[in-house]
Amino acid sequence: MRDTVIVLLLFGGTFFAFVAALGVVRMPDIYMRISAASKASTLGTSCILAAVALYFASTAVTGKVVAIIAFTLLTAPVAAHMLGRAAYFSGEPLWEKSTADELGASGAWCDSKSTNQPELPDREKP
Amino acid sequence: MTLATYISWCILPLLGTGMLLTFIRVLRGPSLPDRVVALDLMATFIIATSAVYSIASNQPSYLDAAVVLALITFLGTVAFAYYLHKRGRNA
Repeated sequence: MRDTVIVLLLFGGTFFAFVAALGVVRMPDIYMRISAASKASTLGTSCILAAVALYFASTAVTGKVVAIIAFTLLTAPVAAHMLGRAAYFSGEPLWEKSTADELGASGAWCDSKSTNQPELPDREKP
Repeated sequence: MTLATYISWCILPLLGTGMLLTFIRVLRGPSLPDRVVALDLMATFIIATSAVYSIASNQPSYLDAAVVLALITFLGTVAFAYYLHKRGRNA
């Protein structure tokens, strides 16, 4: 019974991590890549570490696992947000079929943009 | 089929393939933020691989490496994002 749960958790976690890698390779845009990588890799690592905690079933291992999962869940969104923000301000272009650019359309940051950025239809200042 | 066989014939090859795919993005990512994202994901893969390997070899000490890597990776990503932000648009 416990081995079955471990096998399922391991396979689920590996599947999600593999999907993250596939998304990082196949997505057309850095923002979609960040999204795919952070979401899927967080879930994948959490599932695999839960399988490890279930396998060893000792207090020391479970404590470490809980620490890793909590830290990953706390820091992965922060890191993804900082990376996306830095990529946006360093002029990474959006995918050409993207329809919304709320940070650019808000107008608060238009001064920091240079002119070599291809203008999106809804990026005018209000 | 024991758990160690299952891991070494099913889980570890999948994780290795995922790491190779991510490394493709590191190699040909068109810009620096792409490479940073891919390196972040590679570190996550290394955490997952060392956790899985601790089951396969019945040795919970490998989890210490996972803890340290989870702490270090966040610092590295934040440092890269800070550098990208400071570098600005025209560099």
